[in-house]
Amino acid sequence: MANIKIALAGNPNCGKTTLFNDLTGSAQYVGNWPGVTVEKKDGRLKGDDDVIVQDLPGIYSLSPYSLEEVVARNYLVNEKPDAILNIIDGSNLERNLYLTTQLLELGLPMVVAVNMIDIVRKNGDKIDLEKLSFSLGCPVVEISALNGEGTSAAAALAIEESKKGMKGERPHVFTGSVEHALAHIEESLHGKVEKASSRWAAIKVFERDQKAIETLNVPADIIAHVEDHIKDCEKEMEDDAESIITTQRYAYIQNIVAKTFKRSPRRTSTTLSDKIDKIVTNRILALPIFILSLCAMWWLAVAEGGPGTVLTDWANDEFLGDGWHLPFTTHACKVDGKYKGMEFEDAKGEFAKAEATVKAWEAGEKKASVEDEETGEMSEEWDIDEAKYKAAKEYEEPDPSAFGVWVPGIGALIGGAMEKMGVSETVASLVKDGAWGGVATVLGFVPVICVVFLFLAFLEDCGYMARVAFIMDRLFRKFGVSGKSFLPMIVGKGCGVPAVMAARTIESERDRRMTIILATFIPCGAKTVIIAMFAAIFFREMWYVAPLMDIIGIAIIVFGGIALKKSRAFAGEAAPFVMELPAYHMPTLGGILRHTWNRVKGYMLKAGMIIFPACVFLWFIMHFDWTFNLLSEEEIERSMLHDMGTWIAWFFAPLGFGTWQGAAASVSAEIAKEQATATLGLVASGMDGASTAAHVSSLFASMSSFPKLAAMSFMLFNLFVPPCMVAIAVTFREMGSKAWGWFALAFQLFVGYALAMSVYQIGVFVAGGGFGLWTAIAILVDVWCLWMIFRPAKKAE
Amino acid sequence: MTLREVAVGGAVKIVRINGAGPVKRRIMDMGLTKGTEITVRKIAPLGDPIELTVRGYELSIRKDEAAAIEVE
Repeated sequence: MANIKIALAGNPNCGKTTLFNDLTGSAQYVGNWPGVTVEKKDGRLKGDDDVIVQDLPGIYSLSPYSLEEVVARNYLVNEKPDAILNIIDGSNLERNLYLTTQLLELGLPMVVAVNMIDIVRKNGDKIDLEKLSFSLGCPVVEISALNGEGTSAAAALAIEESKKGMKGERPHVFTGSVEHALAHIEESLHGKVEKASSRWAAIKVFERDQKAIETLNVPADIIAHVEDHIKDCEKEMEDDAESIITTQRYAYIQNIVAKTFKRSPRRTSTTLSDKIDKIVTNRILALPIFILSLCAMWWLAVAEGGPGTVLTDWANDEFLGDGWHLPFTTHACKVDGKYKGMEFEDAKGEFAKAEATVKAWEAGEKKASVEDEETGEMSEEWDIDEAKYKAAKEYEEPDPSAFGVWVPGIGALIGGAMEKMGVSETVASLVKDGAWGGVATVLGFVPVICVVFLFLAFLEDCGYMARVAFIMDRLFRKFGVSGKSFLPMIVGKGCGVPAVMAARTIESERDRRMTIILATFIPCGAKTVIIAMFAAIFFREMWYVAPLMDIIGIAIIVFGGIALKKSRAFAGEAAPFVMELPAYHMPTLGGILRHTWNRVKGYMLKAGMIIFPACVFLWFIMHFDWTFNLLSEEEIERSMLHDMGTWIAWFFAPLGFGTWQGAAASVSAEIAKEQATATLGLVASGMDGASTAAHVSSLFASMSSFPKLAAMSFMLFNLFVPPCMVAIAVTFREMGSKAWGWFALAFQLFVGYALAMSVYQIGVFVAGGGFGLWTAIAILVDVWCLWMIFRPAKKAE
Repeated sequence: MTLREVAVGGAVKIVRINGAGPVKRRIMDMGLTKGTEITVRKIAPLGDPIELTVRGYELSIRKDEAAAIEVE
């Protein structure tokens, strides 16, 4: 037998994707807010490869208003799955059954699965499945997708139904006169539409649903013929046809629910959900709570001394670098010799001083000093003489294993292995600086993105997301988009690609386009890596820089939105804000860890699949000239990368990093945003300093006499120009036209460039760098932007 | 009276829904139909939208949309 297709349909947030993951063993994204799934996805049933399970976007109705509703409806009506498994939320029967009555009319084999039965039981409510099944005319089962209870039985039943085919009578939902009109329409449609779905077609004709009438190809004379019947009904009910259908559906459902659902005598005390809600949507506290939670996340991720930084430093310098001592095994040196009784850090300091003394004496100097690895600052100088030189000569590098259990770092292992194999210096450089260096830079930030993703997973699972949209709607409406546009933007904190797709939940095409253009301004997970790197190197004392980047992102969205809204193409009222606010629930630890792991895994895979080849390629064009001669570290200036960077460096000159290195890093960041950090590490490897941080620090010092401003400008540029290639491709696809795609790209490039230029040029002027041509241009651009924001609005087309 | 004028905590019954097109349809799809009993739960921090309890769940709509719903 050929494949059996089973479609999972149901309201948003009723647990379809959880069931899908349970049935197919996949790990699709789940969250506690309506609209997580916007595309249909399929997978094969565990244990039966002939069965394809399809996860559809959640919908409230089969009416054709928002894009994901259209996706689900087109699939069900045109492609006709072999069976529908309709999932309904047992704790909210009435609204969920509304869709069920519509699905029944499609004339496909169907099974209803009452989900979240564990919650129903916990509340002490009772659902009479037998009666429900009788009223709906199709089998009804109870499941708990989260616990995997009853799920495979539900799938088995759906397969059975699909084999039996469509049989029996579906319920008559409407009152006498409406059913009469429908019967008449069905009769006139006879032979024009498929018999199984003729009732669905009749209802659509009755509702005057233009899209459905077009797809069904109903002849105009039939429409005209039945119009009288529709008008008669409308007159009798004193309502329009669409409203009659909706009202009667709900009346029918209320009747079913009254018969089958027994609510336990409600506890009168407020639920946990109510208590949390009181605080987070409080008139005064709501916005501060939102901003505080952002700051808390950033503190955990990148603040000096915070867990993210400590772990990142450990990952970069020790785990991926030289090596590290197992915790609780460290002790003062017990081996006889110069270091006896010293801690490892002090011993390293002693050795560095001795090395500096030797080097300075041999260079014929009378004073020596050492450089701090982190900050690149020089220590106080000390006098040296022959005796000190001789004493220093006797120092040997301290052996870390004398101070505790030493675990060598991956970088050190690779270095050691290459030394043993006796590979040439070129190959060693390729592996160490090119391939491994880039990947290590990116992997070193795994702790930071773990924190960000953990935070995001909690936010999405607990039910706060929809409330943020609720809180923000008023603000967003000011510039003409619905608060719902805020959801894609929060999704964008994780990754821009799903953010652009999430805009599908927005009903108005105009608002959806605007949301797509704006959503990627929120720094995503990959951009977080750039923020973390720059915060660590340049802004250690300024904890607020990292959360400020998110706030700048939101500000761009708000002001960019206002400016766009004033143009003719985007003018008009905001789309309506009709949105379900799901109940809060405490996310499970397992669920949160699974979400976080899925995202972190994606990030690490990207390091291997994209960053690694990109770094190898960049290393090659950095170490070869145009005739493919290998270059030494001193000859890099003749390399292909140097030339290519130089050709476009002028573009970045007004931003303060107009050198080939700055250009190479910024352009390569379009591959994937974290590539910027990897490329910086690579191109800066020739600079002074002992660590990547010191290299990058001196690189920016060589670019501008205001290195901090240049670094800030570099960071702003890379955060707020168009997102990575993949996100750009998705933007083009979702925009549906090349012209709109290019518009989005141009808008984003302008914003990123103007912002970086303004901060750098005006910053330099304020810092006493003088007033030049570019200062004037930056001010003019800013004035123009202000005009775009505050000019009077144009009328809609 | 329209739903817009109902104070927080007020419980009312829908008499009719004015307007037409997608917004009206969406509101009705979500369960706001003639005769439905609803409670106004709260108003958002910035004064709009409002949160309702309808058919046992929480729904948020704007005041503009609420103004099109006649209640008693």
